[in-house]
Amino acid sequence: MVKYQSSAIDRTFSALADPTRRHILLRLKDEPGLSVSELARPLSLKLPGMMKHLDVLSDAGLITRAKTGRIVSVNLSVAPMQEAMEWLQRYERLWTVSIDRLVAFVEKDGE
Amino acid sequence: MTSSLPSVTIVRRIKASPAKVWAAITKPDQMIQWWGPDGGPTLRADVDVRPGGRFSVVFRLLNGDEHNPTGIYREVIPEQKLTFTWDLPGERESLVTFLLKPIDGGTELTLRHEHLPDEAERQSHEQGWSGLLDKLPLFLGA
Repeated sequence: MVKYQSSAIDRTFSALADPTRRHILLRLKDEPGLSVSELARPLSLKLPGMMKHLDVLSDAGLITRAKTGRIVSVNLSVAPMQEAMEWLQRYERLWTVSIDRLVAFVEKDGE
Repeated sequence: MTSSLPSVTIVRRIKASPAKVWAAITKPDQMIQWWGPDGGPTLRADVDVRPGGRFSVVFRLLNGDEHNPTGIYREVIPEQKLTFTWDLPGERESLVTFLLKPIDGGTELTLRHEHLPDEAERQSHEQGWSGLLDKLPLFLGA
């Protein structure tokens, strides 16, 4: 379980490291349920290239795809990002509080 | 390029000399005075501050949970730079760096905690991660 979680977060971070994929996610945030070709059009990506990016995002659990007839609609799935965000928030909190205490500690008897 | 990886950076100007700050981040009896994400106590600091030496800190949160990050010191430059790996069960390995710079009246401390790249990230190295961080709260509806 623990192992699974840490590799899931790896996939999330890798998937997010690409600007095209980030662009796709941002569009999906504003326009949920876009079709694959609607997503590909402004990026001037060919469908196979688009499918590759969508596969990476899907493997990372960042999107879901649903097929209706010949149209595949794509939606954002935020759970894995939530996990990435939690890592950052956890350490932001840990270090902000720790460093505040460190500063108070070293400054307390002046120099 | 570290910007492709998520990281936390905190910069503070401290009214104490680099020597004093260095002691606070490397001497166990001083480390236990400040370590931890809330007001909970730091129970133990076992450290061997030299490259390859071990790092281990046990702290207890106010909710009673105890955590024991461990790691290995990578870089030890007295009063300037301290780098160690950070291992916590259930998390991938990450890297913590303290940078100390003498300034007028004290020390500028930079703390950075960053993910270490895995193979996939090494391959998509040139891409920036940082731009996305600003946008994460958007996705999360914050």
